[in-house]
Amino acid sequence: MNKVSLNINGITVKADKGATILKAAQDAGIYIPTLCHCPDVSSIGVCRLCLVRIKNRRRFEPACRTIIEEGMVVVTDDPEIQRLRQVILELILSDHDFNCLLCPKSGQCRLQELVNRIGFNEHRFSRLEHVAKDLPIDTSNPFFDFNPNKCVQCTICVRTCHEITGNDAIDMAYRSYDLRVSTFADKPIKESVCVSCGECMERCPVGALIPKKVEHPTREVKTTCPYCGVGCGLYLGIRGNTIVRARGDDESPVNHGGLCVRGRFGYSFVNSPDRLSIPLMRAYDEYAKPSSVVEVTEEGRPITLPLVKRDGKFVEITWDQAIKYVASSLAHYKGDKIAAISSARCTNEENYLFQKFTRVVLKTNNIDHCARL
Amino acid sequence: MAGLAASFGSGAMTNSINEIREAACIFAIGTNTTANHPIIGRQVTRAVQKGAKLIVADPRRIPLCRLADIWLRLYPGTDIALINGIMRVIIEQNLMDTAFIEERCEDYEAFRASIMDNDLAVSEKITGVPAQDIVRAAKMLGSISPATVLYTLGITEHSHGTDNVRALANLALLTGNIGKPSTGVNPLRGQNNVQGACDMGALPNVYTGYQKVEDEEARRKFERAWNCKLSPSNGLKMTEMFEAAHEGKIKVLYLKGEDPIVTDADTSFIEKAISHLELFIVQDIFLTETARLADVVLPAAGFAEKDGTFTNTERRVQRVRKAIEPKGGSRPDWMIICDIAKSMGVEGFDFDNAQEIFEEIRALTPSYAGITYERIEKSGIQWPCPDDKHPGTPYLYSERFNTPSGRAKFAHVSYRPSAETTSHEYPFILITRRSAFHYHAVMTHKAEGFDELRKEERIEIHPADAATLEIQDGEVIKVSSRRGSVKAKTKITEVVPAGVVCMTFNFLETRTNILTSRAPDPVTKTPEFKVCAVKIEREESAYITKDYMRWGTGKI
Repeated sequence: MNKVSLNINGITVKADKGATILKAAQDAGIYIPTLCHCPDVSSIGVCRLCLVRIKNRRRFEPACRTIIEEGMVVVTDDPEIQRLRQVILELILSDHDFNCLLCPKSGQCRLQELVNRIGFNEHRFSRLEHVAKDLPIDTSNPFFDFNPNKCVQCTICVRTCHEITGNDAIDMAYRSYDLRVSTFADKPIKESVCVSCGECMERCPVGALIPKKVEHPTREVKTTCPYCGVGCGLYLGIRGNTIVRARGDDESPVNHGGLCVRGRFGYSFVNSPDRLSIPLMRAYDEYAKPSSVVEVTEEGRPITLPLVKRDGKFVEITWDQAIKYVASSLAHYKGDKIAAISSARCTNEENYLFQKFTRVVLKTNNIDHCARL
Repeated sequence: MAGLAASFGSGAMTNSINEIREAACIFAIGTNTTANHPIIGRQVTRAVQKGAKLIVADPRRIPLCRLADIWLRLYPGTDIALINGIMRVIIEQNLMDTAFIEERCEDYEAFRASIMDNDLAVSEKITGVPAQDIVRAAKMLGSISPATVLYTLGITEHSHGTDNVRALANLALLTGNIGKPSTGVNPLRGQNNVQGACDMGALPNVYTGYQKVEDEEARRKFERAWNCKLSPSNGLKMTEMFEAAHEGKIKVLYLKGEDPIVTDADTSFIEKAISHLELFIVQDIFLTETARLADVVLPAAGFAEKDGTFTNTERRVQRVRKAIEPKGGSRPDWMIICDIAKSMGVEGFDFDNAQEIFEEIRALTPSYAGITYERIEKSGIQWPCPDDKHPGTPYLYSERFNTPSGRAKFAHVSYRPSAETTSHEYPFILITRRSAFHYHAVMTHKAEGFDELRKEERIEIHPADAATLEIQDGEVIKVSSRRGSVKAKTKITEVVPAGVVCMTFNFLETRTNILTSRAPDPVTKTPEFKVCAVKIEREESAYITKDYMRWGTGKI
């Protein structure tokens, strides 16, 4: 790869040909503030916070869109640039909701970070008429809300929806002060073509696109998604003994951090109250004793096992009873009278063990699973 | 999978997910990728944004059609006529990869002769695709490389599913699009570990790594390893099991983690077959519709509650890790199986953790031999991986095919109509599909939020058909096949062509699979989910409500 060398803030930096000033600076450990930049979608330079001074160019250039050249001399920070950035930030803040304490994004908000880094001139800011927007919040989607009052029009969500998912559910609509993110015909998100994958929410730098339930996990476990065959890598966020969130694993060679609606939001089934927790068995008399009694049920079918009441209700039993019952019952039937169906939802280890069990213990090759369905 | 195995030697995705975005031409047939494999759908989108050509073949106007250069709207079940038509044009216009065919393939001449028997006009008539579109698609596939074929159940869930796959394999061979990056014939698999379950030998005819039960050497190897005598004959396939149960030949069924009452074809028959069993054991995380019929139900732990590995659709073996303690008294499946085996006094089931089981798998499975938990700690490895220095295999057949001769076989495949065709009484074709917002019938309904996005079945019907039948949008109609009937609300849309209706099987209130046909593929015994003849009647008084009581209370 060809390298280009340039000078940033007096430091000589080498970077790959074709890289932007922002990338070269970040790789060299030089901070340039950004709001609309997101590494996995294209840069459009709308926030203007990354403006830098380049020697022999008449105007300031956005670092996220300017490709480096050999011998370029760049200044990322001086009093004039600082003043410029402060004014830009003040304009962004002029219609933003200031109630950070109640915002779930607080602490992870890029706007907060920028205010801390760049600061603003209180005197100048007080002369701006601060009008917080009062637009309706779109709560139609079951997984995330869109609060246009907190939106900074960085368009990361729009670019994500177009470039990452190819779904194009949202775009910028209206003009000037009314400019905002909108679905086709300004319908609620749920009625649009949105597939609820939440990629936009994941990338929103502020509190505009925010999950409905914000619970911060206390630890994370790296694992593989249990839904389709793609096998996306993900981190499950755990709090206590509950899964509170999932996020894509950026290092996974399969999904590179991306997830779909099922993979990102589909885990509350694990904690569903309907989960089975105790072995169940049809109620019948002496189930502990295997017997050779042949009885005829109402359907005219002989029963060779202990009196199992087919139409009976389930009763809860202990694991010991269940294992003993299954083991003793299976011992009555060997070979091709038995069939076993394994599961494409279980792990490799369990499938291996189940086919071994069928072949070794039950002495039959009648083992299959849903691959052909 | 049998189709791919017959042509190339192995039944698996030939290439990797990441290669799709580098392809110059993508042929997506019988796959609603953006709904069922969204992350792969994004790869397709990326490729198209970078300038790749996309050909979509599907009776429904799926979201991918919006990006496609050519959309071949074929009649359901006519895939072979379409593919053979495309191949005839490729041969006629001399666009095939002759060097590749001579070097790597066999049986070409016979295949060529059989393809030349297909008249393009006949293909047009059978498929309903204009001949000029077939020619355009053929020119694209014949001249742009690398080209990759993606398919899913729209190809396999037919009474001629194996032939469909072999036709696609022929196409890849003819254009030399296999054994190189971003090419290949790629089945995108539906369940998280369906590839792994096959690799592990949860099949009636093979042990792990597709070592054949009927092969004496393989059987001896497993007899030695497991220290027992093994049956030399192939077992029953799942669809045959239910038939045998129905006839009373199978007395006991031990079922783990499946819900055939909802997801299999012709579910009334399955239910009847289960009622003929003497003992029915079900192991699952929920009391599914199937588990309700069981004699014993064993509560299993879910994916987040146990360690292990899954193998994804691109053959990548990846770790699953225990994140939380098993819910209630549930136990991991492997532990339950070990306990039962030990209780029956059988040796060889003394495992303390999943890793010990994996070590045994490695020792017996050449394609997994080089994979260890340590090596896949960070990211998975794609089999075949024969030794612990091997980096894994992103794409198969770069040098030779897994056939005895090392060459790939062209297969002679010709069009057969679907097992069930329309009649005066049943004039519509029903296609089944999955919703983008649900998985099968349980997991996403148990997770919060998904039912808000799609709460009930909406049967898709073309406006012209709706007008003829005087059906309104949202009206409840009765759909009947030769096997049974269900009710559902309509959705009038041009997504489906006239004469075709489409339903999902995601909703327990509308058991779509009561309608579907068991007519199986002769090789794999896969039922024909995708084509079934139905009639539609108005049902003015009927309406459906969601029966929360059956699921919601947790009481039985």
